[in-house]
Amino acid sequence: MANWQEIKKMGLDEILTESIGTLALNKVRTGLAMLGVIIGIGSVITLVSLGQASQKSVENQIKSLGANLITVSPAGQNVGGVRGAAGGGTTLTLADAEAIENSSEVSTVTAVSPEYTGRSQVTAGRNNTNTQIYGVVPEYLTVRNVSVANGSFISGQHVSSQAKVAVLGPTVVEDLFGKGANPVGQSIRIEGQNFTIIGVTETKGGTGFQNQDDRIFVPLTTAQKVLYGVSHLSSIAVNAISEDVVDLAKNQIGYLLLDRHKLKSPEEADFSFFSLTDILSTASEVTGTFTTLLSGIAAISLIVGGIGIMNIMLVTVTERTREIGLRKALGAKNRIITAQFLVESIIITFTGGFIGIMLGIGISYFLANSMSLPFTMSISSVLLAFGVSVAIGMVFGRYPAQKAANLEPIEALRYE
Amino acid sequence: MIRVFKLSKIYRNESAETLALKNVSFEIKKGEFVAIMGPSGSGKSTLMHILGALDKSTSGKYFLDGTDVSKMNADELADIRNQKIGFVFQAFNLLPRYSAVRNVSLPMMYGGIEKEKRHDLAIKYLKMVGLGDRLDYTPSQLSGGQKQRVAIARALAMNPSIILADEPTGNIATKQAAEIMEILQELNDKGNTILIITHEKDIAEYAKRTITIRDGELAGDKKNGTR
Repeated sequence: MANWQEIKKMGLDEILTESIGTLALNKVRTGLAMLGVIIGIGSVITLVSLGQASQKSVENQIKSLGANLITVSPAGQNVGGVRGAAGGGTTLTLADAEAIENSSEVSTVTAVSPEYTGRSQVTAGRNNTNTQIYGVVPEYLTVRNVSVANGSFISGQHVSSQAKVAVLGPTVVEDLFGKGANPVGQSIRIEGQNFTIIGVTETKGGTGFQNQDDRIFVPLTTAQKVLYGVSHLSSIAVNAISEDVVDLAKNQIGYLLLDRHKLKSPEEADFSFFSLTDILSTASEVTGTFTTLLSGIAAISLIVGGIGIMNIMLVTVTERTREIGLRKALGAKNRIITAQFLVESIIITFTGGFIGIMLGIGISYFLANSMSLPFTMSISSVLLAFGVSVAIGMVFGRYPAQKAANLEPIEALRYE
Repeated sequence: MIRVFKLSKIYRNESAETLALKNVSFEIKKGEFVAIMGPSGSGKSTLMHILGALDKSTSGKYFLDGTDVSKMNADELADIRNQKIGFVFQAFNLLPRYSAVRNVSLPMMYGGIEKEKRHDLAIKYLKMVGLGDRLDYTPSQLSGGQKQRVAIARALAMNPSIILADEPTGNIATKQAAEIMEILQELNDKGNTILIITHEKDIAEYAKRTITIRDGELAGDKKNGTR
């Protein structure tokens, strides 16, 4: 390559105007060469942007479910060498939940919700349904992000007195009392016992694996003692201070529970953690892979565009053989000729890249809007696209430029 | 100034070897006006290419201003062409899109002369060849004779040691050809060393000395009588 000093002496503006003048002579050809880059860069920009947009949208959806929520479940237990199903154990107790809430070792937790879940046949008058019974404490509302639409929720008083009160999910209300009915004050029978309905929860929708509206909430102690006769918990839901400290919180809780359960190492743990950050990272990984894959396909069109440029530059070199010979006869060194042709192909790819980026931004803005995704355009991908388009000019312009530079001046001058 | 010693050039292809130049030796001094004559195929163009540093000899030596050109690499040859040699071609070889001024500026651009300076110099040389009123014309707007005058101005641009003119009148009308030769004569009177290649006797007669090449060999070297 020509060094900067040489180019400066010749006048960069002169080289540029010269190249632009040459390119302008063959507008159609230059345009077609550029089109390859425009399409390539445009599709890469669009796909990367849409990929990032869908990634963001998935992340937002998952975060709305509570990205700082951690669920501790008992692990499957070894009973006589047979490992039981995860969650089926009886190792978690209310004392564990209280320890998590009160221990000075656990500093990253804001709220703790011990839960016991069972399944029962429920009747109200002549209607009956089979649904999940959740034994909960008042913290359930904040930790699980649930709100009450009608009436009130389980109170601390209810928990300590093992009150026979119930809060119904909207689906249960519909099943037992009909759509739009207000059951507050009425009573239902669970496992042969009468419960007074004190409230109805807000619709949460059937997101995820379970219908969150098909539930009945009763005080935790009532579920444990009155309904099912157990003393353990099905799970402890914990809210971390923020989603950034979820891993730290898991660690703190983990060691606290190991200590309480008199276990020596994490491998022996009789409980396990689940948090949405796990899903979040899996989901980002999946969308990330998709984005990479699609961008890879788009990048192939960039290579095709680059080959198009190489093709056209080769034609240009052949057409201008005489001119190249003359320039060399007048004292142009090989590297100056190389530089001139490289500048030409870089101008094509740079301009094409610029138009492609603009087009890509426009298309992805339009598509994001019509698919109601959040529009994202990172500076880094725009800069990368510029870099790539210049690099394509340099890579695919190199061979034609060197071919031009290596022409023998006499052969070139003789060429008709 | 120019000294060639036992210069030979062999063109090789798969089937045959062609001896284009055979042991040519001569000397040209500063300020001379020399015509190299010979029929087509005689090797005079090959000689011109070697003297113009456009091609290399197969054997022999070529000294230009005391330096051995036959040993130079591509970059050094480019510098020689740029700084020591001014070319005037039969086919003019002007860049069609460029104005006369920019065509004349071209070698100065490669010679690293500042932009403003090369513009001023280009105008000066174009005035010298009588084209002061055609500065911004492109080649297609000029007659053959005028084109060749632009080419001569371009050859003067880097103030070269020697002007090499290859059949400079081959593509232009007789009357204009005479004008071109007169310009070359004038330049020679001002001290420029000029070497023209031609197969026309009356063109060669403008020069002060004629070297004749035939079948790649030196066939004559004589001083022309003053006209």
